[in-house]
Amino acid sequence: MPSIVKPRIGHPSLARNEIGLTVRDYEGAMSTLCAGCGHDSITAAIVRALWELSTPPHRLAKLSGIGCSSKTPTYFVSGAHGFNSAHGRMPAIATGANAANRELTYIGVSGDGDSLSIGLGHLCHAIRRNLKMLYVIENNGVYGLTKGQFSASSDVGTKSKKGEVNKMAPIDPVQLALSLGATFVARSFSGDKQQLIPILKAGLAHRGFAIVDVISPCVTFNDHEGSTKSYKYTRQHELIATESDFVPPASEILAEIGPVGATSITMHDGSVLRFTKVPDDYDVTDRQAAQSYLREHSNEIVTGVLFADESIPDVHELNNTPKNSLASLPFEKLCPGSAELAQLQESFR
Amino acid sequence: MRSRVNDFAIKLANVNGTGSASANSLIMQAIFRMGVPVAGKNLFPSNIQGLPTWYEIRVSRQGYSARALDYDLMVAMNSQTYKRDVDEVRTGGHLLYDSSWPLDAELLRDDIQFIGVPLAQMCNEHFREPRERILMKNIATAGALIELLGIDGTVVQQLLEEKYGRKKALRESNQKALKLGADYVREHFDCPLPFHLEHMHANDDKILIDGNAATALGCVYAGATVAAWYPITPATSVMDNFKEFCEQFRKDKETGANNYLILQAEDELAAIGMVIGASWNGARAFTSTAGPGISLMNELLGLAYYAEIPAVVIDVQRVGPSTGMPTRTQQGDILECAYASHGDTKHILLFPANPKECFEFASTCFDLAEHFQTPVFMLSDLDIGMNDWVTPKLTWDDSCRPDRGKVLTADQLEKMTNFYRYLPENGTSVAARTLPGVHSKGAFFTRGSGHNKLGGYTEIPDEYQEVMDRLLRKHKEAAAYAPAPEILRRSGARVGILTIGGCDPAVREALDMLADMGKPMDYMRIRAFPFHKQVESFLAEHDYCYVVEQNRDAQLCSLLILETPVPKDKIRPILVYSGFPLSAKNVLDVIGIQVEELDAVYR
Repeated sequence: MPSIVKPRIGHPSLARNEIGLTVRDYEGAMSTLCAGCGHDSITAAIVRALWELSTPPHRLAKLSGIGCSSKTPTYFVSGAHGFNSAHGRMPAIATGANAANRELTYIGVSGDGDSLSIGLGHLCHAIRRNLKMLYVIENNGVYGLTKGQFSASSDVGTKSKKGEVNKMAPIDPVQLALSLGATFVARSFSGDKQQLIPILKAGLAHRGFAIVDVISPCVTFNDHEGSTKSYKYTRQHELIATESDFVPPASEILAEIGPVGATSITMHDGSVLRFTKVPDDYDVTDRQAAQSYLREHSNEIVTGVLFADESIPDVHELNNTPKNSLASLPFEKLCPGSAELAQLQESFR
Repeated sequence: MRSRVNDFAIKLANVNGTGSASANSLIMQAIFRMGVPVAGKNLFPSNIQGLPTWYEIRVSRQGYSARALDYDLMVAMNSQTYKRDVDEVRTGGHLLYDSSWPLDAELLRDDIQFIGVPLAQMCNEHFREPRERILMKNIATAGALIELLGIDGTVVQQLLEEKYGRKKALRESNQKALKLGADYVREHFDCPLPFHLEHMHANDDKILIDGNAATALGCVYAGATVAAWYPITPATSVMDNFKEFCEQFRKDKETGANNYLILQAEDELAAIGMVIGASWNGARAFTSTAGPGISLMNELLGLAYYAEIPAVVIDVQRVGPSTGMPTRTQQGDILECAYASHGDTKHILLFPANPKECFEFASTCFDLAEHFQTPVFMLSDLDIGMNDWVTPKLTWDDSCRPDRGKVLTADQLEKMTNFYRYLPENGTSVAARTLPGVHSKGAFFTRGSGHNKLGGYTEIPDEYQEVMDRLLRKHKEAAAYAPAPEILRRSGARVGILTIGGCDPAVREALDMLADMGKPMDYMRIRAFPFHKQVESFLAEHDYCYVVEQNRDAQLCSLLILETPVPKDKIRPILVYSGFPLSAKNVLDVIGIQVEELDAVYR
């Protein structure tokens, strides 16, 4: 996709993270999305989250499919390898990449067309495999790059810019993920960085597949009266189920303990996710309760970390692969050699 | 009747799902162990139980291994196909049937000899369980064949010993059933028949293996660590074997970890996506599939081609179009694979002819894919992949190291000012690549969208074209690295015969027959696309060339016409595409029709 190089000059007083990098070091090329696009806010949150986690840029792999959302990996962490693949196929590419090298941090950025229509099958199976990655759906309920068709997440009654009304029920990625057994499910709003950044950080620390559905209004095709994914609509209907505070493992001991009644979850890498302002009846570790809560509040956009389970092994743990990357195994460990071949062939007689 | 030793063909007609396969392989293996050249072809339905299935065994002291098409002995155990099976026996041949029931008078032929053995009756008398009675009927049949064909009994005992070693009950019931069949025919008929077996030493340096097992072994030896696939006939046993070999050879001795990961994908779209993702990340990765899978993979194959990511695709071809005939063989994916995906794409294809080449070429595929940073296909087929072939022992050179292509290390990147992904050194067609996780300087954006030689997005005509032109040069360059054609010359040859893959044994046999008829021809077996320069010169050297292939549309001919300067009128297609493995007779039938032209050349 087209991109414009961004000058990389930062003020000397910019704060540095644990590996000595400033937030500017996590930026990418200049966005070519429409001004005011929700996706750019998500990009900014991803930049912030990765900077706060001190992820070395070259140890990050960022993948995407096709669509407006899938353009965004160009706009963050230019020091990381990126893979802008084919429409809907990112989960498959990410699965292969992760299979080859489990040591990297994986972020997949997708959209509602990419994930809920053409690539729905791949998303479902990435969830089943519990692939260790952060999977962000930048959900705007519309096909932007092809100029305004309804997507599978468009709500019934939503009006397109041309005035057409959607009559088909939407696919809710959060409900879908919960029913498929996803081990980390969250939803947020592109306009709420306070909430989004800790959620992204928690997703990155998760043991397996972390899906974050981010409602991200399309300023060009879906930010008008009649749209249920406009800035105005989302702000009016957002219901924050959980507010999370993410504490990375290194600073855990310094962290303040949350208010009484808050739930804490220790993530796989030892970091702690604390939930505040949790409604009395909400338990982030109870899948059924999460599903019921979402159903009861179906008129609202429930946001926050909605479910998390750190007890489920990821695809590598399930397959007993080595701790280090398969791609780094020396040939000598992989090729059995001529003597073994001769012996094996005794059984082919 | 004249006695014929080690030169005959038999066909066993059965109902699938009744356990005939183990009896078939027992006979096949016993003949192999007697040191006699033998070939077995399993002609089976796309079904689990109840439909007709045949197994053919050709014994040839001269080593001919293609289908014979006329049979000295028919073992007719399926009433559904009885009429057809009786008709296929050659005049003077024999037919073995189950005489527990009377033979339908309509089916009798007076030019063949009927051998009735009350198989069902004997098995019902000697075995109690219904399932055992059915299974042991096949073994009793094998017992009759052992006696009729003069198969060495001690070899058979040894095989049972190896197969059932500690399973005493199974071994004993098998031995009992074998004896029932053998004793009956010995008492009632002259044994052995005029055509029969005698020991030879033709198989000392040979093994009995199917192409899919050999392919899987090649992938293990090449160092493949990630395999992604979706189950499909006839490719499934590639991955089944890969898993077994990995369990045997890839359990880390120090850590106990599995030094491989097999991903059963949700579909072939995902399977190739996983291969591309893993290869992008530096692993040797492959998928195994058949034509329908390749159809689905087309989209991402174009991405891998254009973004220059290695990918190894094993295509075990079956009969198309659409679902076609999944358990029948064909070479129908040549054009699909050569130009897979939308836009201008050209791929590297390897055509193995037998399991030994499956082993070697599978390994070569990874070297080519990484050297040229592109998808490489190995086009096997059902005949090679799923039938047991007598093949020379596989060998491996321990000094062999994989060609990983140009991959920059962290140190190399550290010393560079700038890295540009698609900018090769002067005069070369392949640029160095970088792997994720190694160094920030190596980071770039892999994309299937228009890009320039620096790796940046572009819609500028010249920049786009420059990269596309280099990809074409790269493809041409691969011809010299891929396996060269196999060429066999005969003195006095004016005409050539070209073929690919599993047609090899049938065409070679036809060549011998043609030479005996005073029509010697040169032989070339193409082993890769892009075509080696020898392919062009061979075509130029001959008055004309027959091209033998197993598809309707003359796909190899098309590729030759498209990709070499050969004039169309110098090519005579010989097309056999009914789904069964090729016979020399199929080749000669077509040449026979055009005999006037041939006579004119060889006047």
